[in-house]
This record gives sequence, structure tokens and C-alpha cells, in this order.
Amino acid sequence: MEIVMAFVCGFLFMAAIYLILSKSLLRIIIGTGLLSHGAHLLILTMGSFKGSAPPVLSDGVTDYVDPLPQALILTAIVISFGVTAFFLVLAYRAYQEIKTDDMTLMKGSEDNE
Amino acid sequence: MFQVFCIFIPILAALFMPFFFKKVRSIHTGWFVLIVPVFLVTFYATYVPIIVDGDSVISELDWIPSLGISFVSYLDGLSLLFSILISGIGALVVLYSIFYLNRTKEQLHNFYIYLLMFMSAMLGVVQSDNTITLYLFWELTSISSFLLIGYWYNRDKSRFGALKSMMITVAGGMLMLGGFVLLSIMGDTFSIRELISQAPELATNDLFLVALVLILLGAFTKSAQFPFYIWLPDAMEAPTPVSAYLHSATMVKAGIYLVARFTPIFAQSEVWIWLVAGIGLLTLFWGSFFAVKQTDLKGILAFSTVSQLGLIMSLLGVGAISYHVNGAEDTVFKYAAFAAIFHLINHATFKGSLFMIAGIVDHETGTRDIRKLGGLMGLMPISFTIALIGSFSMAGLPPFNGFLSKEMFFKAILSITQFDLFNFSTWSILFPIIAWIASVFTFIYSFYFVFRTFTGKLKVDQLPKKPHEAPMGMLISPLILAALVITIFFIPNLVADTFVKPAVMAIQPYLYSSPEEVNIHITAWHGIHSPELWMTVGVIILGLLMFLCLSKWQKMYNAFPAKLTLNHLYDFIIYDLCDQWIGRFSALYMTGSIRRYLSFMLSSMAIIVIGTLFIKDGFKISFEEASTIHVYQIILIIVLVIGTITTVFAKSRITSIVALGAVGYTVSLFFVVFNAPDLALTQLVIETISVALFLLAFYHLPKLKKEEERTRFRFSRAFVSVAVGAMVTLVALSAHSQKFIPSIAEYYKETVYSLAGGGNIVNVILVDYRGFDTLFEITVLGIAGMAIYGMIKLRLSRKEKNYENK
Repeated sequence: MEIVMAFVCGFLFMAAIYLILSKSLLRIIIGTGLLSHGAHLLILTMGSFKGSAPPVLSDGVTDYVDPLPQALILTAIVISFGVTAFFLVLAYRAYQEIKTDDMTLMKGSEDNE
Repeated sequence: MFQVFCIFIPILAALFMPFFFKKVRSIHTGWFVLIVPVFLVTFYATYVPIIVDGDSVISELDWIPSLGISFVSYLDGLSLLFSILISGIGALVVLYSIFYLNRTKEQLHNFYIYLLMFMSAMLGVVQSDNTITLYLFWELTSISSFLLIGYWYNRDKSRFGALKSMMITVAGGMLMLGGFVLLSIMGDTFSIRELISQAPELATNDLFLVALVLILLGAFTKSAQFPFYIWLPDAMEAPTPVSAYLHSATMVKAGIYLVARFTPIFAQSEVWIWLVAGIGLLTLFWGSFFAVKQTDLKGILAFSTVSQLGLIMSLLGVGAISYHVNGAEDTVFKYAAFAAIFHLINHATFKGSLFMIAGIVDHETGTRDIRKLGGLMGLMPISFTIALIGSFSMAGLPPFNGFLSKEMFFKAILSITQFDLFNFSTWSILFPIIAWIASVFTFIYSFYFVFRTFTGKLKVDQLPKKPHEAPMGMLISPLILAALVITIFFIPNLVADTFVKPAVMAIQPYLYSSPEEVNIHITAWHGIHSPELWMTVGVIILGLLMFLCLSKWQKMYNAFPAKLTLNHLYDFIIYDLCDQWIGRFSALYMTGSIRRYLSFMLSSMAIIVIGTLFIKDGFKISFEEASTIHVYQIILIIVLVIGTITTVFAKSRITSIVALGAVGYTVSLFFVVFNAPDLALTQLVIETISVALFLLAFYHLPKLKKEEERTRFRFSRAFVSVAVGAMVTLVALSAHSQKFIPSIAEYYKETVYSLAGGGNIVNVILVDYRGFDTLFEITVLGIAGMAIYGMIKLRLSRKEKNYENK
């Protein structure tokens, strides 16, 4: 399963990078969303899928999965959510101010060069 | 201790000059400055009796003792001679500047601060025994020289000249620092005396030649040797006292000092001898040849300085041969070093006076253009006399001191032909010939300088001012120098015993143990059969002939192509190469396009990681560790892939957002499948909020447009994303297949209840074992919230900002 997941993560990264390299700000933010999904899955995969029980203590179970990657991912999810929310508002404000979401047109005005 | 402190006296005195300038307006600030060099020259004069006996005095002040760096004032014959020159000529120049610079019109405090700073720096250069502090003072001379050349900073030419001299001398200084560092690595000390004492071992080191060349480059740039002399003529934009002081008597001799000081170390190498003697001779010829072309009085003197410095340099090179010969024949090479020091003193006297005369002519007539000048003899008799003395000395005529050193120069250069070390026997015949031709040109420009200015027809209508004799105060300094020119001719051996012999002993310590052993006696008359006498006679005859028909052949200078000059090369390097070409080069990749930068960064990351993986043979795939695959996992993967593809190729906003949401929910299903209930929960909630946020924000954003881009970029974009995806997969596979250390999860599983009293291991890790992560992740959320609030609420619009700026 880990082997397959490695390919899935690679695929997510590929799609994310493809979107990040596009012109519209909108696609770039979607790309960052995909990128964080890929990263989270990658952390989980690298922690291995061994063990059959979720990491919550219960009687008679010894075969828990590794809890550490899960804790890391939980932190990462929250952080990437905060950053994404900020990005979204930034894009929204940028569009309001400069009336474009085309990255190729966002090169600074003449008076700040 | 006081001896070291003396180096800093001028720079400390400089601190008070603005005060004198602002508060004591009625007295010229220069009078206060004058006290400093006069004190210093008397102070250094007290050391003369010690030095004459061949002793040296050392005084030390710790700076960074842990690195072995300290301010050391080491006075032996060589450094004392330079110190007296610096403070003595400094006193004369300050005196001259009092009458040259106007008290009310000029920014005098700036001028004297720079000048005093320079004086300190120069004293530091010649007295330092520590290479690092030597370099420190060396750069300080470059900086103060830069400030002095650009003294009239509202003139374009001043700024250009200042920048040019700065560029060239600082570049040389940097290389010299490299040489010093290499020397200190080889000898394990920064002290020059200690380096000299281990000279034979140093010569066997591989780095020896590199250090030699680097230090020589520093000396050549500072002393305006070929091809670095180009800054000196442009430095003539400085006020004349500065030209007289820095660019004839002191700073340009710092390179000479450096060569003389390091001769005991490097003289063992034939490269040193060839370079110093050869470049010196080339500079001598080149400078004297082009001096005749100049039309600016100070231009002539600048090229003449270049040429005379070349002469001294070549003599030092020839003097270094003395290291290689023993017995009777070595005396002639001793002679060369002797002549070098003697000429150095002479040059300081006559060139200083000539510069001051050029300044007087400029001051009293309003121009320095030799084509407009002429016939000033009757109007300025004293200046004419001084100029005549200086020029005749420069030309090498009796009864002036230049004659003595020119004769010694010929004698030393002739002796090189009798020497057959390092293939000198074949090429050495060129040395006296070039030297002789250069002397003829020296003769011509000396006459050109004095007679074109002071004799001939007076062109009053072309002069901006009505010419008249300079005030007496201005004439005092050149008069003193001119008097020295004649005095040295009549009592050369007194000067030699006092200054030259101890200095020669410092340059060639391997030959002497006391200055008395330098048994050279200067005589003005060598007998009718001596070749140098006839060489001088030849110089005078040919020089006179060529000077008289100067107008016939001076046109040949125009034949030289203007594009093939060294100045043109310098302009090309600085303005074309550095300014424009490099600007164009950076404009090539600094396009301002984020997509391009991202492509560069991501592709180089992918190339480096994949490359390292294969070069280091790190790629490995192993199925042993892998867990089994279930059908529902396959289904989830298929959903994920479809969702991703839809996100990428969606044509409308809604589709892409929904597809992204689908991907997110699938990821949370993955979390369910892989036994991560907390993650699944969080992911579900967050994904929902994200999708809502996306919808909210995208409602205000424009509709998705079809990506229109050139196929080339589309291709590279696809390539970069595939490369990054491949990189992630390869790294993940290799990392998964080679696990060397077991997880620390066992500890958490065992102690989660006994230590932390919790059942949910993930939650206990988050708030108990690794609570700090959580604290700061909360902070991140808080900051994001505040930033969003700020961005929406605080709207300082562009119009308002412009209004505020106005």
C-alpha cells in the first residue's frame, strides 16, 4: 500500500505544481490546497500503515498505528488552513484593488520601481 | 607607547578641526593644522641618531591580541625616512594650502580632516610591522585620497577621478590583502620582521609565488605602475596641495615602500626581480613618453610622476639581484637599492616644488593649459626660478640633486648587463637602452614644462586672470623644497649617511649588519671615462635637439588610436561591462514574472534531489515493509485521482472548487481507512470551512479564463510539474524502503496512560508531550485571523496615501 501511496502523493504534487505555475491567482490557491493534501498524505505514508487499531487506548489491543505522524499532520492541517484563509482574503483584496487576478500583469506599478 | 600614539595624532587632531573652522573664523584653519606635522617632524627627527647607528625602535599597542593583531610602530631606516618625508612635506603642503585655499570660500574643515586622516594612514602604512594593520592603513590612504580628489564634489571630473583612483587602488589593496593572508598562513605570523627572519623557508612554499604576485599587484596599483597608472592623471582634479602631497611625494610611494619592505622576503625569487625591474622600466619609458603629449601642467607632472616612480621601482628590482650574488660583483647591485632610496628623496623634493609651482601658475593666471601660457618669466620671477631648479633636477642636470641620482641610475642599470643570472645576459642590453631613451624624454618634458610656461610670448588676452607673482606665503614651501634640491647636490653624503644608508640596510638586511658597511660614496664627478657621464651628455644633446624641434614631431602622438588606450579599456570595463552588460544579463532572468522564478526554483530543486539520489546510489525499492492493499483503498485512490484531474482541468470556478472539496473529503476518508480518527474529523471540518471560504472569496473574483500561453511555456510547465511529482515519488519510495531507526511511538503507547493519564494518544501528544507545537499553531491561527481582519478593515487607499505624501 505504501508503494501505491507514494505514487499517489507524487501525482498530487504534480497536479499542484502544474496549477501553481498557472496565470490566474485562483488556480494558484487551489494548487496550494492540493499541495498540502499531498504533503499530509505523504507524512502519513512515511509513518507506515502498520498496526490495525487507531491510537486510542482500548482493552486487549496492542497493535496501534503510529500516533506521532498523526499529531504532526493535525498541526499541519490547522496551519495550512490558516495560511489558505489568509491567501484567499489576500487574493480577494488584491483583485479589489488592482482589478486583475492575472499573475503576469502583477508586476508592480511604475512608481514603485 | 607614545611612538604608536604618534601615528594617531593627526587623526585625533582632525576631530577638532570643525570646531576651529566654525568658532575661529578669523584665522585660517590651516594654521592650527600646521602644528601637527611640525610637531611630528621634530619628533621623528629625534630618532635619527638611533637609526644612524643601525638600530631600530619598536613600540606596540595591542588591538586583537587573541588573533595576533596589534598596532606596531617599527622605526628602522626605511620607515623613519618615509615618516620624515610624510610629516616634513606634510608641513610644507599645509603651509602652502593656507595661502592656496580661500578661507571664506572653501570648506576648509573637510579639507583638513581628510588631509590629517591621510597623514595618519600614511604614517601607519610605513611604520606598521603587522601586515593586517598595514592593510588597514593602506585602505585608509585609499579612502582619504578618494575624499581629497573628490574635494570639489560638484565637479563631474573630480568625482570621476576620485572614483577611478578608488576603484583601482582598492582593487589592488584587496589583492594585497590576499597576499598578506597567504604569507601569514605560510609563516604563521602577521609580523613582517618575523616573516623576514623565516624568508628562506617561505621561498620553498607552494603559495610563495602567489603571495608574491598578489602583493606586487597591490604595490603596482598604488604606485601607479603600468598598466595601473591611469588613475593618477585623472587624480589631478584634486586641489594642487593634494596633488603635491599625495600624488607626488607620499601616497604613490606607498607601493615603493611595500616593494622595498618585502624585498628581503621575495628577492630570492627571479619572478620578483623580473617583474619589479621590468614593469618599473616599462613604466619609466611609458610615462616619460606620454608626458610630452600632455597640455595640462598637472598632466605633465602626473605622467612625470608615473615615470619617476617607474625609475625607482626598476632600481629596487635591480637591487634585489644582490641577494643572488656574492663577493666583489655584488657592490653594483647594492648600488641600485642605494640609488632608489636616494632618488626617492630627490623626487619628493623637486616634484613637490614643481606641483606647487603648477598650482601657483593656476592660481595666478586662472589656467593650467600650457597652450595658453607663456612668457610668465618677467611677471613671476621667483616661481620661474623655482620651476627651473625643479625641472633641471628632474631632467638630471647639475648642480641639482636629480643629476646625482640619474647618474647612479645609469650606473646601476649598466651593471645589469654584466650579470648572467636568470637569462639576464641576453635581454639585459635592453635595460640601459630603454632607460636612456626614457631619460631623453624626461629631459624633453622637463624643458617643455618650464620653458613653455615661462618663456615665449605672453598671451594675456587668453588668460582668465591678469598674471602676477604669487604672495610670499605661497612661495615659502616651494622655496624650501628648491633649496633642498640644491643643498642635497652639494652635501649628498651627509644625506646618504643620515637617511639612505640606514634605509638600504633595512631593504637588504642580508648584506649588512650596520649602516657603515654600506660603503658607497656619492660623487658628482666620476671621471672622464665613466660611461654614465657620457650617457648624461648624450641625453642633454639629444634632448635639446628634440626639444627645439618639438613642434615638428609632437604631431605623431595623434597617430595613436584613441580607442586602444588603457583609459578606454577602463571605461569599457566599468561602464560597459559592469554597468550595462551585467545589467542586461540580470534583466535576462530578473523578469519580474513569479511563474518563471517558481519554475527555476522548482526545477533546480527537482534536479538536485533526483541527481543526488542517483549519484549517491540512494534509490531503492523494497516491498518487504509494505502493507497489503485492500479494494476500498483502490476505489479511494481512483476517486482521488479523478478529483485531482478535474481540479486541474476545470473550466469554471465552481467545478474546480467542488473538485478540490472532493479531493479533501477523499483525503479525510483515507484518514479513516488508515486508522486516524482525529485527523479524519479535523480534515472534514476544515475542508468544509475551506470550501465555504473558497466559495465566498471566489464569488468576488473574476471568472476563470482559459489559459492562453505559448506552447513553449506550457511544455516547460508540464515538465517542471512532472519532475517535482517524480521527485516526491522517488524520495518517498526510497525513504520507505530504507528505514534504519525504529519509531519512538512505542514510548508514547506505553506511557500515555501511566504518565499523562490519557487514552487518546494523538491528543495527548498534541497537548502534553508536544504541547509547544500546539501553542504556536494556535498563534498561527490567531495571526492569520488578525491579518485577515486588518486587510479587510484597514483600507488606506492609494489616493489618501498620495495626499499624505504631498
